[in-house]
Amino acid sequence: MGVNVTMNINGKTHSVEIAEPRMLLVDFIREEIGLTGTNIGCDTTQCGACTVHMDGMAVKSCTVLAVQADGSDVATIEGVANDGVLNPMQQAFWDEHGLQCGFCTPGMIMAATKLVEGNPDISDEEIRHGLEGNICRCTGYQNIVKAVKVAAQAA
Amino acid sequence: MPRFVGKSFKRVEDPRFLQGKGSYVSNLQRPGMAYVAILRSPHAHAKIVSIDASAAEALDGVVAVFKGQDLIDGGVGQLPCGWVVPELKLPERWPVIPDVVKHVGDAVAVVVADSPYIAEDALDLIEVDYEPLPVSLGARATTEYRAPQLHEGIPNNTAYTWALGDEPAMRKAFAEAGHVVTLDLVNQRLIPNAMEPRACMAEWHSTMEEMTVWTTSQNPHPIRLLLSAYTLGIPENKLRVISPDVGGGFGSKIFHYPEEVIVPWVARAINRPAKWVSTRSEAFMTDSQGRDHVTNVKMAMQKDGVITGLHVQTWADQGAYLSTFAPLIPTALSITLFSGLYKIPGIWGEMKGTLTNTVPVDAYRGAGRPEASYLLERVVELGAKKMGMDPIAFRRLNLIPAEDFPYQTPVAFQYDSGNYQGLFDKLEELSDYNQLREEQKAKRAKGKLWGVGVAGCIEASGPAPSALAGSLGSAVGLWESGTVRVHPTGKVTALTGSHSHGQGHETTFAQIVAEELNIDLEDVEVVHGDTGRIPFGMGTYGSRSAAVGGSALVRSAERVREKMIKIAAHQMESRPEDVYFDDETRNIKVRGATDEGMAFGEVALAAYTAHDLPPDLEPGLDETAFFDPSNFTFPNSAHLAVVSIDRETGEITLEKYVGVDDVGKVINPLIVDGQLVGGVAQGVGQALWEHGIYGEDGQLLTGSMMDYAMPRADHFPHIKTGRIETPSPTNPLGVKGAGEMGTIAGTVTIANAVMDALAPLGVDHVEMPFTAEKIWQTIQSHSDS
Repeated sequence: MGVNVTMNINGKTHSVEIAEPRMLLVDFIREEIGLTGTNIGCDTTQCGACTVHMDGMAVKSCTVLAVQADGSDVATIEGVANDGVLNPMQQAFWDEHGLQCGFCTPGMIMAATKLVEGNPDISDEEIRHGLEGNICRCTGYQNIVKAVKVAAQAA
Repeated sequence: MPRFVGKSFKRVEDPRFLQGKGSYVSNLQRPGMAYVAILRSPHAHAKIVSIDASAAEALDGVVAVFKGQDLIDGGVGQLPCGWVVPELKLPERWPVIPDVVKHVGDAVAVVVADSPYIAEDALDLIEVDYEPLPVSLGARATTEYRAPQLHEGIPNNTAYTWALGDEPAMRKAFAEAGHVVTLDLVNQRLIPNAMEPRACMAEWHSTMEEMTVWTTSQNPHPIRLLLSAYTLGIPENKLRVISPDVGGGFGSKIFHYPEEVIVPWVARAINRPAKWVSTRSEAFMTDSQGRDHVTNVKMAMQKDGVITGLHVQTWADQGAYLSTFAPLIPTALSITLFSGLYKIPGIWGEMKGTLTNTVPVDAYRGAGRPEASYLLERVVELGAKKMGMDPIAFRRLNLIPAEDFPYQTPVAFQYDSGNYQGLFDKLEELSDYNQLREEQKAKRAKGKLWGVGVAGCIEASGPAPSALAGSLGSAVGLWESGTVRVHPTGKVTALTGSHSHGQGHETTFAQIVAEELNIDLEDVEVVHGDTGRIPFGMGTYGSRSAAVGGSALVRSAERVREKMIKIAAHQMESRPEDVYFDDETRNIKVRGATDEGMAFGEVALAAYTAHDLPPDLEPGLDETAFFDPSNFTFPNSAHLAVVSIDRETGEITLEKYVGVDDVGKVINPLIVDGQLVGGVAQGVGQALWEHGIYGEDGQLLTGSMMDYAMPRADHFPHIKTGRIETPSPTNPLGVKGAGEMGTIAGTVTIANAVMDALAPLGVDHVEMPFTAEKIWQTIQSHSDS
């Protein structure tokens, strides 16, 4: 009862016959494609660790079926840096010590990137509100907010 | 002048995390790997009458189903407890329960399948016939005579009683007291929730009879020891435990968990690599939880407000079993801190460790010390109120003076160093304290509920020395190992028994080694988390990594340095006492000589070519030290919070937070500030939102992140940090722990602020967490109208 799923991930087209039509997008990305940078932190769409971009929107990939993403453009954390050169959001997280254990970081970066798009003067309050769906247990969010603000201006 | 220590460096480990290249256990794969899923008890207490797994076994893609007795017959042992207080009664605890389950989430059966989806499906096909048993809950209620008994041979569900202090001095203090304040309080159950759920993968190398286990642990060596000696029985020299990148721990990944036994046992049984990854739902019902103390505290004061005595009785809920270090937390990590920052001659603490039908409780960030700070700083606050004194003035009256260090408390510990008045000086300055109190007067005049809370907290970090730990119940030593290996090209590998799961050891430890060896940061690679590469080490908990692990690296680097000086002196035909590491050129030179001396790499190469070494010197440049400090370190803090409360809704807004900490010498200020702020967020989380709640049938009502209130970005204002520095004399770096103070101080600081805000209504105490509903009820019941 396999089903064929085709999507463009980080600029590369993947066409995969999956055995499980109920497969989640996050499992497709991690297990079928082998891109394990997208993490799974919960099972109730609360933590945002699995955030990726799908057709230009930040989505929690644990709450999208792989078949729903059929034909979509998907971007994951692995596609953000260019040949090992960090993009402004990654660089700002590094400079401002916006990560500790690193587990929420890929989702945080993917969510923050969409949050600041077209909003270079984003306020602390807007950032905090905008990242409400991404949980970090290590940093207390302070340096994440700082990083996002710096990146918004740099982008 | 130090080039590295004391300076902020961006973390060297970050680029891999920023690009999604972290090697968390859940990301790892082995060829032919099978997936493990675990059937968990839906009952808090029940007898397993029968298990029918035939339908699961028949499902296409299922490799095997195992029950508790299968593992016992297959040689697994019970999970041990590593902290043995006198007369401890240890409950039986099998990795998979063969007979009676004792909390929701207990493992009942194990499915192994070709895919995780099939494994999950198979769980649903297993039929278990349970006979539900009466449930016992509540740290204190579980000890009452009517409570159902959980374990044979453990009457009153009481695993241990423990007491510490000077009881006669306490009695005298209360007999002669001018004032006494008392408080009953609950330090509620918390659920740690590191963002990476636990995971375990194992591979059995049948030809060599060797096992490799990858596990999300803060301390892979102790896990290997326990697997080998207690639970799995594979000899230590045939067992390799690797904890690669671990996504946060906060204590919850210290312990030896059932799944760490189940997965390697399965891998050997089916002769295939196997992996289990916890879901968040499983984490809620299986990761060790935190706090859950029920306490009565009494404080005696003279007429002038000088504190003379403290009497504390606590019932500590340890859950259904004793987790690896459970008895340590309420005893040697809590009662020992009852003196706080104060001179209190008569302290007596009594503790009962009790068992209930809930998830086991063990260390969670702060571990015993937040509980100590909470009860002490709450009752001190009431003392100030009773005396009609400003809370800071009252604390200042009782602080241990700076000239009294080292200071011996009546509860075992000798504090190493501190300047507690200085902490409050800095706090008053940074928070503009007097101005805040003026502001408060104005707000109160307008009927606003607006509170300023302060707390002064002590922590014991870097548990040591091993002899003291042993006398307090530790089954292990609490030293740390460090190896500095200089390769023939002059590149350096530093191996540490500490483990980093967010703390940034790869950076700070490289700073330490680069400093000692006068080389570049990039030339040092820090390796941790692999028993196959690193000498036995104790791991990371109790804010010990820098003080103990960092110091071990200082010692081994010192030995490398001494050896290099001998080699260089020999090669340059000079005396070792005339040879030095030159800061400017980075070369190793002869004092007074005009030549360039030898480069670091040249000396390293000479150590390995061994063509021309001093006659008494062995070749090689590889030194290991095991550092066992003379004492704990004692970080201390003064924190302040400002909150406002909406009278209509009971909602609390945290308006301002300032924390001043003395963590001794600081290796990397960027990282230390990150630890403090992150710690405060967790402390605030306990005060305002977090609560692990069980229903009366023992069901965990807060079993997901939808139900358990995790702190989020929009909950916090900017947290301001300040520091004073009194170096610890107990380790060569002068450092104290920095990982837990934020959490220890954060909770009670918020509690004091909220009570200060509610003071005009005549409220003395409300139990945490201060949810809007609870505060609204409090306002209603205390309002005149």
